[in-house]
Amino acid sequence: MIASFIDGFRGLKSFRRGIHPPHRKEYAQSEPIRLLRPKSDLHIPLTQHIGAPCAPTVKPKSRVQFGDKIADTDSFVSAPIHATGSGTIVAERMVLLPTGRRVAAIPLRLATEGAAWPENLLQDFLRRDWDGVEPDRYDADEICQAIRDAGIVGLGGATFPTHVKLKKNPDRPVDTLVLNGCECEPYLTADHRLMLEAPEAIVVGLQLAARAAGVSRAIIAIESNKPDAVETMRKASAGRPDIEVMVCASKYPMGGERQLVPAVLNRVVPSAPKGLPLDVGVVVVNVTTAHSIARGVVHKQPLTHRVVTVTGKGVARPGNWLTPIGTSFSELIEHCGGVTNRAVKVLAGGPMMGPTLPHLNVPVIKATGGITIMEPEETAQWEEGPCIRCGRCIDNCPLYLSPTKIAHAIRAREYELAYAYDMLACCECGCCSYVCPARIPLAQYVRAGKNQWSSVAARKKEKE
Amino acid sequence: MATPSVTNTLAEDVDDTPRPFVVSSAPHLVEGRSTRAIMFDVVIGMVPLFVAAVVLYRWRAVALTLITVAACLATEAIANRIRGRSMLSLTDGSAIVTGMILAFSLPPKLPLFMAVIGGVVAIALAKMVFGGLGQNLFNPAMVGRAFLMACFPVAMTTWAQPFDLATIGTVDAVTQATPLAAAKFGSDVVPRMWDLFMGKVGGCIGETSSLAVLIGGMYLLIRRTADWRQPLGVLVGAGVLAVIAHWADPGKFAPLGVQLTSGALMFGALFIATDYVGAPITPKGRLIFGFGVGLLIMVIRLFGGYPEGVMFAVLIMNALTPLIERWTRPEPLGGPVAA
Repeated sequence: MIASFIDGFRGLKSFRRGIHPPHRKEYAQSEPIRLLRPKSDLHIPLTQHIGAPCAPTVKPKSRVQFGDKIADTDSFVSAPIHATGSGTIVAERMVLLPTGRRVAAIPLRLATEGAAWPENLLQDFLRRDWDGVEPDRYDADEICQAIRDAGIVGLGGATFPTHVKLKKNPDRPVDTLVLNGCECEPYLTADHRLMLEAPEAIVVGLQLAARAAGVSRAIIAIESNKPDAVETMRKASAGRPDIEVMVCASKYPMGGERQLVPAVLNRVVPSAPKGLPLDVGVVVVNVTTAHSIARGVVHKQPLTHRVVTVTGKGVARPGNWLTPIGTSFSELIEHCGGVTNRAVKVLAGGPMMGPTLPHLNVPVIKATGGITIMEPEETAQWEEGPCIRCGRCIDNCPLYLSPTKIAHAIRAREYELAYAYDMLACCECGCCSYVCPARIPLAQYVRAGKNQWSSVAARKKEKE
Repeated sequence: MATPSVTNTLAEDVDDTPRPFVVSSAPHLVEGRSTRAIMFDVVIGMVPLFVAAVVLYRWRAVALTLITVAACLATEAIANRIRGRSMLSLTDGSAIVTGMILAFSLPPKLPLFMAVIGGVVAIALAKMVFGGLGQNLFNPAMVGRAFLMACFPVAMTTWAQPFDLATIGTVDAVTQATPLAAAKFGSDVVPRMWDLFMGKVGGCIGETSSLAVLIGGMYLLIRRTADWRQPLGVLVGAGVLAVIAHWADPGKFAPLGVQLTSGALMFGALFIATDYVGAPITPKGRLIFGFGVGLLIMVIRLFGGYPEGVMFAVLIMNALTPLIERWTRPEPLGGPVAA
């Protein structure tokens, strides 16, 4: 509470409750974005987004060029998948996704060195010259179509198809677009680096997204621990009265849309699973997504690469790598000098929400913003004790839930009770587990309960 | 935490140097404070009270405190043994906290064997039979004290005048009514607020000096080990009734300042009502709980058969906790999900 008061005093945008974990951005935040040219086969999963999975449009043994479409579907809520390098398609196989799911993937045997990607890929990706581009020349449908063709999904991690999110809906008008550059997850610096190295493209993408959604006002939200990014984004959006850069408190989970929208606009988003920022006239887009939109719409470049932060004490040389989708974690980490002998945990993402991986045979997907490799002292191992009813989980829940009540209901398999305690509204940010002195994995219980809920609800319906 | 062997059946050709990593659920960071750290924080918060008790009652305070804590730890160890549970629970500090709170609410001349009985009852009947830490409905220390009150009413209400610093060694402790008892039963001993504040009056060993209680309590509040809501509720609840009573009959009822600094009120507000387990877990519920405790303390003081009511007030509100919790369920930020 005192911290919130100070944040308010400093003129920072903030929300109530939440936590202040260590930032640990210093590992990778001053490493410029570099291009990774992997040599091993890529494994490009067919399910990288929320919505219908794609079906391959290419046959094994066929040759593809960098950027060719290799999988698609007719479904509206979906996004096509592209060849992230030139080479030969190999027979489909199953891979483990960073999320823990097993899905089908198209393996791609890369053409020999030099032939798989254009020479100037990195320069093109980080192009600073966007002066001649006039976002106003594009109309909304054209932008949405180009976004779909480029296979763009929410790159903050949610992977919801962006053209669906931006599509105008006359019943639900939107008046403000919030560009999310908070990157509140500790360790990760991919969004930060992109704002420093390609701010003009992000602003163009923002304007295109705003045009597609039909909004007149845009807000760029950045946490106060990235003053250099605030500076570059202010410069890049100078002279645009409809774009405002807002500095947010460095607080977790600032980048969650249910926290960000109240913080910058003072509008409360209705509870999940039904409520969306759309219900209060807001659409939230991540900075990396905006960057892809600019490339996809203006230069017709599909989403083939993304910036991945490889960070943590457990990796020899942390860095930010522009990585082709489908590269295995192990090859990417090898380029960073490999894991240290003491590394104990590998996370897909940051330490607050990132799932652990048992091994490194996992491909980079559209949602992969970072890999955090931790040594034992960074992540204490602990044993679960009894709840002492201290109430810290309730005091710190940014959604005002009662995590200990929900977790106890789920542990007793009382899913209906957990539902009554608004289990489904939980955003799984993990603040409750972070503060729990008894080290109860509250967020894990809630995740398990939510996974169970659909089958419980189905059984209940059957009975009725 | 499991360390699974590598399942290298997928995409074998991608990585030829696999190694196992720890698999666990996010988040992978945790704030520093554990249950044990919190319990020992409470112990630190009670150090000023212990110092005051030793100054006022010398070796009696040391003996009572040590023997009560020892009784609590021994009882928990025996209960763990019987139930086949890990002895690790002894190190979480909760039994030490219970023992200290119980000891501090005992009169200085209480025979030591009675303190042992209090400690045994507190841990065995109020804590371990419910399943140990976090499971008890009632504050264990207050249950132990209530048991002693019922079994040894005379010993539990015989007070000693604390040693006056000027006369140490010259006079023994004089048996005397506490200020509250004096006010209640018509004696003309008028307590001075300064004496109440410093603890130079009769009373239980740890609660007589409001100054020491405030120092320890502020520590807990600043460290956020204790929630501010229960103490605020207690002070408001008790204060409202005290002001009304004094206004109605100044001759019979003591003024606000005396009421708030006398007896166990401050100790109860800062150390007993702030106990996590027996109080509601919801923010609003904690305010209501504190307010109820404060009201009941004054009702017992003004109209009840006992001179002091902290113990019964806390136990009664403990019983109401599940109900209060149900009434004060926080509403999710974006509105309830369940229709």
